[in-house]
Amino acid sequence: MQLSREDLLKAYKGMCEIREFDDAVHYEFAADAMPGFVHLYVGEEASAMGICMHLNEKDTIASTHRGHGHCIAKGCDITDMMKELYGKKDGICGGKGGSMHIADLSKGMLGANGIVGGGPPIVLGAALTYKTKKTGNVSVGFFGDGASNQGSISESMNMATVLQLPAIFVCEDNGYAESTAKEYAVGGSILDRGKAFGLDSHEVDGNDFFAVHDAAKHVIDNARNGKGPALLHIKTSKVYGHFEGDAISYRTKEENEKIKNEEDPLKIFKKKVTESGLLELSQLEKLESDAKEQVKIAVEESKKADFPTEKDLLTDVYIKY
Amino acid sequence: MSVKSYRDAINEALLQEMKKDENVVVMGEDVAGGAGTNGEQDAWGGVLGVTKGLLGHYGRERVIDTPITETAILGMASGAALTGLRPVAELMFVDFMGVCFDQILNQTAKFRYMFGGKAVTPVTIRTMYGGGLRAASQHSQCLYPMFTHVPGIKVVVPSCAYDAKGLLIQSIRDDDPVIYMEHKNLYDVTQEVPDESYTIPFGEANFTREGKDITFIGMGQTVGICNKVADKLKSEGKSATVLDLRTLSPLDEDSVLEAAEETGKVVIVDESYPRCNMATDLSALICQESFSSLKAPIKMVTPPHTPVPFSPPLEDLYLPSEEKVYNAAKEIL
Repeated sequence: MQLSREDLLKAYKGMCEIREFDDAVHYEFAADAMPGFVHLYVGEEASAMGICMHLNEKDTIASTHRGHGHCIAKGCDITDMMKELYGKKDGICGGKGGSMHIADLSKGMLGANGIVGGGPPIVLGAALTYKTKKTGNVSVGFFGDGASNQGSISESMNMATVLQLPAIFVCEDNGYAESTAKEYAVGGSILDRGKAFGLDSHEVDGNDFFAVHDAAKHVIDNARNGKGPALLHIKTSKVYGHFEGDAISYRTKEENEKIKNEEDPLKIFKKKVTESGLLELSQLEKLESDAKEQVKIAVEESKKADFPTEKDLLTDVYIKY
Repeated sequence: MSVKSYRDAINEALLQEMKKDENVVVMGEDVAGGAGTNGEQDAWGGVLGVTKGLLGHYGRERVIDTPITETAILGMASGAALTGLRPVAELMFVDFMGVCFDQILNQTAKFRYMFGGKAVTPVTIRTMYGGGLRAASQHSQCLYPMFTHVPGIKVVVPSCAYDAKGLLIQSIRDDDPVIYMEHKNLYDVTQEVPDESYTIPFGEANFTREGKDITFIGMGQTVGICNKVADKLKSEGKSATVLDLRTLSPLDEDSVLEAAEETGKVVIVDESYPRCNMATDLSALICQESFSSLKAPIKMVTPPHTPVPFSPPLEDLYLPSEEKVYNAAKEIL
């Protein structure tokens, strides 16, 4: 599919924001400036953007523990997200969620998730709402190659087919479930599992924004038009480890270099659009520096922001109790 | 007003709420039954017939038979609640929480808090619990203390047909997630129940007997046991208070303390496993807040710390009974 210049700029802008956001988190976490557990999305940006660019605000996604990229791609505010990571009162969840629970329902972001395989069952429900109310919306559930082995994923794929729900399952396969290789932990094929449950299933090069964008358009359009659920098996790679602080000793130096130099979705995108003359290098560099500046401001504001206080401890458990 | 069973009261509550609000959908295993077969549709209406007839009124769009995949059922219900429906999901037997607890414990119960107060998840999870049907260890447990332990969900345990209807309508209309627990031994118990729709508020326990000599606190099926023992004691010249908790979360702490203070002698009857159950929790509450009003040690009538046995004589020995409650009362009267 031919993208407009505007769409190309939007795609690169989003990928740069995700990259800068998680690079900044990597630095801040290493400097001991940030609490909690964080899992970074650097290297997988083409997946979030290639998919979420087809979604409107009323469409929904459910994300994973590695969720910052999905949140940004779905329109969550970067400064509010950063404040959340610092545990600040004005964070996107009031400092009560943190990195693994970022959500903004007004943007159709149903939550990152600290439970591996936790999101896709929730996506079923959103898709059921759209089917019942005939809204034409879709819901997308992200999960990793590790989660692909969870029963929740099999149950969700089956249910989506049985009820013909407008649900898209996106397996972001970065080759590692924590420190364990997919080759060891996944029996058979993730793609075949989708097919076995009756899903329209496709394998996609996740480092190529255009491949993701094309595949996502096909399955999302179909789901909107009542043609049922689908699985995208997106093969990608992550630059950092499972969590921040992971020394990544289970990957070789050569593999790490290859991921950075040959599999970087931003570099691949940049090369494609400049060589084909679709965009000027200067336009891309401007987006890079804008994103860097935006994230820098987000970090500064987050550090200055107030923490929640004791009176915030007891609120937000129930609507009425 | 007409005589209805606990089962019919629940069925009527569902029918009335589905009529009132088109966002109410019912989902679960065999809630209609017969899906995909050439035989009878609405073949079961729930494994014990509680949802029978809903299909005829509202069709398969709103009465959704699901595969036997409890994680997907509960996740779907919560996700639907989060995006604008008001689902009533059925977890056939509460024992099956073992395969899907994450969707309650880590997802539904925590959405609102984790998301900074923005999530509204009006889901009701109906489930059957309790012993007495010779259903053995995996189909007879109570387990309500495990839900009560978790912040973010409400736990409802109706003891009679009147409460079953009013509390279910309240559960469905409530904007927080609710676990609504139906004791399977109560389904055929009848009483006068209004035909029209009504609600019973959460967190308001019900005094079913008022007396001055001893206090019984029960929940679900054990309320009936307490009432019978209170009536027996009355014939012996002793008057008893009986408090039906109705909801375990929220818990009507004021009524618990009031009931305890009225007599100073308390028997708590709880069918769940004895460690960390409602009886121990209420006992701690009373000791902490009303210690000086107590005239005798608090008695707890519970099963022993074993799985629920199958063999009928063993299960009878296991469950709280009128005899056990009566004997416990006599020890402190």
